[in-house]
Amino acid sequence: MSQQRIPAWVTVIGVPLVNILLAAIVSGFVFMYLNISPIDAVKTMAYGAFGSSYGWGYTLYYTTSFIFTGLAVAVAFHASLFNIGGEGQAYVGALGVGLVCLLLGGKIPFLLLLPLSIIAGGLFGALWAFIPAWLQATRGSHVVITTIMFNFIAASFMAYLLVEVLKPEGSMAVESAVFHEASWIPKIWELAGTMGIKMQRSPLNLSIIWALICSVFVYFFIWRTKWGYEIRSLGQNASAAEYAGINLNKTIIMTMLISGMLAGFFALNVVQGEAHQIKLSLVNGMGFTGIAVALMGRNHPIGIVLASLLFGFLYQGGGELQFEYGVDPRIIVVLQGLVILFSGALEHMTKHPVENAYLKLSQLVGKQEAKGA
Amino acid sequence: MTAQTDVAVQMAIELRGIDKRFGAVHANKNIDLKVEKGTIHGIVGENGAGKSTLMSIIYGFYEADKGEILIDEKVTKISDSKVAIASGIGMVHQHFMLIQNFTALENVILGAESGMMLNVSMEKARKELTRLASEYGLDVPLDVPVEQLSVGMQQRIEILKALYRGARILILDEPTGVLTPQEAEHLFKVLAALKEQGNTVIIITHKLQEIMAVTDNVSIMRRGEMVGHVKTAETNREQLAELMVGRKVLLRVNKTEAKPAGTLLKVNNLSWTDSAGVLRLDNVNFNVRAGEIVGIAGVSGNGQSELLELLSGIKNIQHGSIEVSGKTLDENHQLTPSEVRDIGVAHIPEDRHKMGLVNSFAADEAFILGYHRNDVYNAKLLMDQAAIKNDCAEKMEKWDVRPQDPKLKTANFSGGNQQKLVIAREMEQSPDVLLVGQPTRGVDIGAIESIHNRIIEMRDAGKAVLLVSVELEEIMSLADRILVMFDGKIVGEVPTDVANEQILGLMMANIVPDEVKALQKEAHS
Repeated sequence: MSQQRIPAWVTVIGVPLVNILLAAIVSGFVFMYLNISPIDAVKTMAYGAFGSSYGWGYTLYYTTSFIFTGLAVAVAFHASLFNIGGEGQAYVGALGVGLVCLLLGGKIPFLLLLPLSIIAGGLFGALWAFIPAWLQATRGSHVVITTIMFNFIAASFMAYLLVEVLKPEGSMAVESAVFHEASWIPKIWELAGTMGIKMQRSPLNLSIIWALICSVFVYFFIWRTKWGYEIRSLGQNASAAEYAGINLNKTIIMTMLISGMLAGFFALNVVQGEAHQIKLSLVNGMGFTGIAVALMGRNHPIGIVLASLLFGFLYQGGGELQFEYGVDPRIIVVLQGLVILFSGALEHMTKHPVENAYLKLSQLVGKQEAKGA
Repeated sequence: MTAQTDVAVQMAIELRGIDKRFGAVHANKNIDLKVEKGTIHGIVGENGAGKSTLMSIIYGFYEADKGEILIDEKVTKISDSKVAIASGIGMVHQHFMLIQNFTALENVILGAESGMMLNVSMEKARKELTRLASEYGLDVPLDVPVEQLSVGMQQRIEILKALYRGARILILDEPTGVLTPQEAEHLFKVLAALKEQGNTVIIITHKLQEIMAVTDNVSIMRRGEMVGHVKTAETNREQLAELMVGRKVLLRVNKTEAKPAGTLLKVNNLSWTDSAGVLRLDNVNFNVRAGEIVGIAGVSGNGQSELLELLSGIKNIQHGSIEVSGKTLDENHQLTPSEVRDIGVAHIPEDRHKMGLVNSFAADEAFILGYHRNDVYNAKLLMDQAAIKNDCAEKMEKWDVRPQDPKLKTANFSGGNQQKLVIAREMEQSPDVLLVGQPTRGVDIGAIESIHNRIIEMRDAGKAVLLVSVELEEIMSLADRILVMFDGKIVGEVPTDVANEQILGLMMANIVPDEVKALQKEAHS
């Protein structure tokens, strides 16, 4: 069989762009149905998400959350484990971060506290992933089932803790006490202010740096270390991994611990960076959105950062849309759904046409060049 | 290239300019083919030459991008397999499409039931099948669940299925891959009977001796193109091999007398039961000495895979012991696959896709599988990418793996080159004991030659080689001693100079011929 090589950028960049474009076109029809000009809608969303430091602050704040939950899904996915428990792991991670802030906030300097809260958030998230991982490795209980059950257990567990243990006496709201100000992760607008750059208030905080560091870490871990090699072997071909002498159970557990850890870091952004207290249902579906982010980002950190940005844009821009036109807030879910549909479920629908188009185009160019020469 | 222009001859199938692309892959390029009515027509070609695609187009699984199909000299548009069946085409796939817990009768009428009541069509089918069975020698027990029947029987049911649906043109895809020589012999008689009655048979295979034995005409495919049509009587295996590969191929293995030394691998009373409680290995005993190749013949699924997996540490020893590299392994002294590697045992697994490679990995990543924790491939924390790539590139050049691109995805290499990659990886560790499973399964003829030579080289370098293969020809041309396995047991041992297909075929069906019995007595006395 003769085979022409298709350059990587066609499949890695070209195909997703076409998919997003298709999603945008269908979204356009939805707007037309709602009597909103699609062009205006795009303008509104773009302005809402990037038009002001307030807008892009929010967009990047959401992006940060999605990077954590997206990386969590991606790492597990490389071992062919579908961790859909990011929601619960992030929630329990919030407990770890929250406990450190509540117990030590104001008592030790921030620079000492931050590593502790990072460790606690990661550790609690990892612990929440450990039981499903252990059950998968030793009992063959499928992680899809167990992690989703652990989401519900996390929700009930956290609700219990908030009502019975963490809620300050006399308070009516189901939330913990506000952390001491010295434990808060600095906001970007405040930092910019101290450097003389004027920015509007937004929840964007330094966690975004940690999210980017984690992305780099995931890249090196998965593609450059022997552990990552073993994870990928397991994920791509478990019997080959067994043949190679890789300890499958150990690898499954290690992968899930790292996945849970990354999900736990979510709490740094949302709890220590913005809310400054543990609240009920603070993850709010962002753990699940991580699945879509990982899917769109093809489980690669660069893709995940870009996909997180897209979802951050949809979140923030969609909010603006709702504000401007008074449309149902669920419009955001519709837009997200279309993006996931086209870039996830229907990915292969466009792959062949795009590749064929590339081949035709390159042949045409080739002929032109031949003529010129 | 004999001209097929005789106008008086009727064509069962004619293809004109068939063209098919899958994205960037051009699977069939402008294919012309004429299959005469009432003949057996062979189609040969290496893996990926486009044979299966072409047959799938005839059977309506794919539609050609361009070209025409003529059935019985009428242009027919085969849009799906229903049209193909209605035009009298039947297909017997390499992997049977039978429902295991249905009887032969139920399998045959499945999808061809007439009327509301099942028993009416059952009785009609029974009558028809009895007739077909006696006419073509296709006897099968009609009322036994298929799972209890042998592979050869199951294949007959597949043929009956096609004939029951009125097939006059029968396509068989690699029909002898899973058969014992005796079963294959029977199949060829059936095909001859079919031809006698004016039916047309197309057989796709990579076994040239079969082509020579049963076909009237042969078409040869290479890289998606038809490169020749010849009359079988006017050709020979060497010419066919050359057409398939595009260059001259040596079909015989040249090897000298073995000079065996001390025993390096000894298996004592090894038994193994699977999780379903089936005894897969039953008290197996043998030894392999340095400088010899011991071949294990047998129809696949008779315990060979379990044996290899026990020897390489993938499966745990339950009963018996293995002596290797000065260590005795038993149920209390197990080694993991990586520890087995460390004591000098390399394992070329039977199925490179299932076990030997990770298809989505780049070649250099697949090249270190199992050795990825070795110091040479690792820096302190990260893996040493440059070392891995350079080592792979070096070995690719030495072993002639093409294309010589360590960063190309493993799946994009041809079967032969993938296999060379696995063999290079295992042999380059210079092990003392080499376990080899199906070294040339799905490998092109050109590559088989070089793989066989490498195995002989290992033997001559004083290694102990255990070779498991279902290809008798391969076993007979490589092994110095041959053990035959049946149902988890070693039926017997035959020296290669005594072995022939007849003897081994009988032993593969658990019958020990008298001449082998005599030999064994001699050895014992």
